[in-house]
Parts: sequence; C-alpha cells; structure tokens
Amino acid sequence: MTTVETGFNSGSSLASLPPDWPGGYWLHWGVFVIIILAFVFLTVLIFIWLERRLIGRFQVRLGPNRAGPFGILQPIADAIKILLKEDIVPAKGDKLVFWLAPVVAFVPVLLIFAVIPFQGGALLADLNIGILYIVAVSSVSVIGIFMAGWGSNNKYSLIGAMRTIAQVISYEIPMGLAIIGVVLIAGSLSLTDIVAAQNIPFILFQPLGFLIFFIAALAEINRTPFDVMEADSELVAGFHTEYSGMKFGLFYLMEYAEVLAISAIVTTLFLGGWRGPVLPPVLWFLIKVFAMFFIIVWVRSTIPRVRIDQIMGFAWKFLLPLALINMFITGLEVILLPEVLPWPIIFLNLAIAAGLVVLWSKFFRLGGGRVEV
Amino acid sequence: MKFERFGLGILKGLALTLKHLFRRPITTQYPEERLTVSRRIRGNELIWSEEKCTGCATCAKSCPQGAIEIVTSISEDNRYIVEKFEVDFGYCIFCGFCVEACPYEALFLGYDYERSKYRRQDLVGAKEDLLVSDQKQASGYGHPEVETTLPRQTLLVERDKVRK
Repeated sequence: MTTVETGFNSGSSLASLPPDWPGGYWLHWGVFVIIILAFVFLTVLIFIWLERRLIGRFQVRLGPNRAGPFGILQPIADAIKILLKEDIVPAKGDKLVFWLAPVVAFVPVLLIFAVIPFQGGALLADLNIGILYIVAVSSVSVIGIFMAGWGSNNKYSLIGAMRTIAQVISYEIPMGLAIIGVVLIAGSLSLTDIVAAQNIPFILFQPLGFLIFFIAALAEINRTPFDVMEADSELVAGFHTEYSGMKFGLFYLMEYAEVLAISAIVTTLFLGGWRGPVLPPVLWFLIKVFAMFFIIVWVRSTIPRVRIDQIMGFAWKFLLPLALINMFITGLEVILLPEVLPWPIIFLNLAIAAGLVVLWSKFFRLGGGRVEV
Repeated sequence: MKFERFGLGILKGLALTLKHLFRRPITTQYPEERLTVSRRIRGNELIWSEEKCTGCATCAKSCPQGAIEIVTSISEDNRYIVEKFEVDFGYCIFCGFCVEACPYEALFLGYDYERSKYRRQDLVGAKEDLLVSDQKQASGYGHPEVETTLPRQTLLVERDKVRK
C-alpha cells in the first residue's frame, strides 16, 4: 500500500487503517458476505420506499403512506406481491436464456460491493485493482439484460435490450476516462488507497470528472433522463416486459442495487468515502451514499427522458471529448504541478470545467429539430 | 450568450423541483379529509319535509324512473295523510325533477355524496330516513330562495376545519 506523494494528497498515509478486521481469512470472508447481502437488500428496501416518498413530495403528492407508519412497509408489501405472482415463461421464448437472464444481470451488481470500503479496512477484498474490477464486473450485467431481451421472444423486449446495450457500452467509455482522472491523482487503483488519498474530496480536484462520471453513471444504470430502455410510454416496460414473479423481482432488485452501487462508487471516488469529522466512518459513508441517492432521485423528478439519438450523440460528441481533455489536463497537473498547494489547483480546475462545458455546448449540435444560434 | 443552453436551464429546473419538495402536498386524503362542498351542490340525497307535503304525488308522477312510491289516505278533515313515502335510491338517477316539480316546496336535495351501501334493501329510503336533521341539511339546488340565504362558498378545502 503505497501512495504517490503529490500536491494533491500530501501527507496522507494508511497508518490510521485498522488491522484486517474481523480477522481470519474464512471468517472475514463469511462475515463480509453476510454484511454485504444484508446491506444491499436492506438498503434497496429503504431506497424503494425513499424514492417513492421523495418523488411524491417532488410532485407535490404524498407518496405511499398507508402500509405502516409513513408507508414504511410499502416495499415489503410490494415484495410479497411480486413473490406471490404467477411465474410465466413465454411459450416460444428461449427458456434457458430466459431463466438465466435475471441471475446474470443481478449477480455482477452484488459483486461490485466486494471492493467498496465501508470504512478503513472494512471491505470483503482489498484488491489493488479495485476500481478496474468494478468497471469490468459492472459491464457483465448488460449481458443479462440482452439475454432477457432475446429470451423473451418479444419485439418490445428486444428493442429495449438493444437500446440498453448501445447506451451502456457508449457511456462506459467516458465513465472509465473520468475514473482515470481520479486514479491519476490518487496514484492507485485500490479503492482504499483512493479514499485514503482524499484529504480534500476529489470532487473539488475533479469537478469536470465528477460531472462526466455522474452523468455517465446515470446512463449506465438506466435512470431517468436516460431510461429509454424501459420507457414505459414507448416500449411497455423494455426488456422485462415478459417477466413476472421472482424473476421480475430480481430485475427490480438489480435496478436499485445498481443505484446503490453507483452511489457508493461516487462516494468512494469523489466524496471522500468513509472520511469525515466527528461521526463514525460507517455513518459518514452511509450519509454520503444517501445524499447521492437523493440527488439521483432529484434529477429523476426534474429532467424528462431524452431521445435515443440524443443520448448516443451526447455520449460520443460531448462526454467523450471532454473526458479525454479532462484526463489530459489532470495528467499534466499531476506531472507539472505536484508541489503546488491544493487551493489554486481547485480553482483552476473549476474554471477549466466551466469553460470547457460552455465551449463544448457551443460545439455540440444534434441533427434535426430546431437549431438555435 | 444565453446561459440557459449551457446547463443553467437544468439548474433552474432542479431549483424548481427542490422548491416543490418543501411545499404542502395538494392531495386530499379522502376518507380522513374531505372537501367542504358548496352549499349549492346537487348532492345525491333527498330531503323531504313532512309539514309541507300535501301528498299530491306530483313528485311520483314526475319521476322518470318511478322510484318514488307514495301511499295516502284521507283524514277526517278531508286532507291527505301521507302513510308511505318511499324512495328507492337504487333506481333514482338524481335528476332532481321531483324537487323542481313539487308545488309546495317540500322536497330538497342535500349535500351528501356517499350513498354506497352493502345491501340492496338499504338503498330504499323510507319517510323517517328523508327528514331534515343536523347531518342532512337542504342545499340550494332548485330553491333560489334558499340559495340567497346561503354564504358564498367554493369547492376549495378549508384544511384547518376539515383536518381532524
């Protein structure tokens, strides 16, 4: 565990990390598998409730408030409803693929949490290539979605799945490039080291990188405004049109687990992970994750869905060049200005980010429709 | 240079929805909260005045559904006694013809709009069920002279009064 000493993270070290809690290879493994499963399922339930309540309040409604106090039992009631439904397999569908798809889609999302540090040392596997592992593993769930679209033998499912593939693969590139900016500053691919390097949260060093990563992540997990894959008004429900019962439940779980994963990754990469004053580290981690989730719901309740050509154009013409430039500038700063105090660099980066966004908005035009000068 | 097209528009939208987050929800939670209805409402409830009714059965004749059944006898001073005045609300279409037809202004519509019952026979309203009470007040519908005495009202919720 070594970090490159630069101006960005001068003085950081991992001396404060606790030893490999709770000790013992298999015990560590077993305990953290249980913790991660419990964490994911519980938080997903809370997220479902929180999202419906928040969306309700954003739309000046109340949201679910009948099941239990403040409707807090609503996700449990929904889960019971989903589990009790009839499990239908399309007669002409590809049965094996149809059965396997939800599992292939859901498991990679769970795997992401293996490397996310809840606090110093509190993670399943402290991989030295943690963030690379996340990028690699999270791409696998796309295959599950395509299997679902193919196995359903339904044109809506297939169109929804095709759109998802195009969108997710496109947005993985700017997302990866935005991550490289963080990795350059931290000088490590390990998530523990990246968090340990954040004496000042990287969102300040990487405002443009954060913006690109956040937008790309929204597209990656198919949240509004990039939810063309299940656009209710056009495609019925996209790739899970034919799914019901527990298989649909797994897809539903996958969606929210992905939101949780993205919130956790943004927290780890840009918001300083578990680090924070006064409160215990785990609590800081949870607070940041829930704040990110609030922002995601906020964006969902504000911005309408964009067309598929707009989505693809935005990825390739706007985010990709900006991510490349961001990576280049970050690299220059790391090499040329390693000893400069952080605050000048922060303001420089903020100015560069604002300038680049305005400049590229000038360049960025979509074919068709009204073009303003 | 219009900054609306460089991200400011999105920020404005976000600010608006954030403002909505702190507004009071406009939902009326129906069984617990109710709208205060206008006192001119044409509710689906019939009110019958025993004192004014002469038993002429104009209402029964005017009823397109034949939902009003009226049985009278003649008293010693040669007047009708209304022995039975029964309205089958299962047939009633709440057209208000009976209210308009009544020459002695003995029929009114009320405010109530919750007429669902669990059994069919509960829908039949006898004389005693149709009288004016504290819960059943005559609305201004079809009676301009009643309407002028009523306060001005709208359909808006008066939350402080309604909320329990």
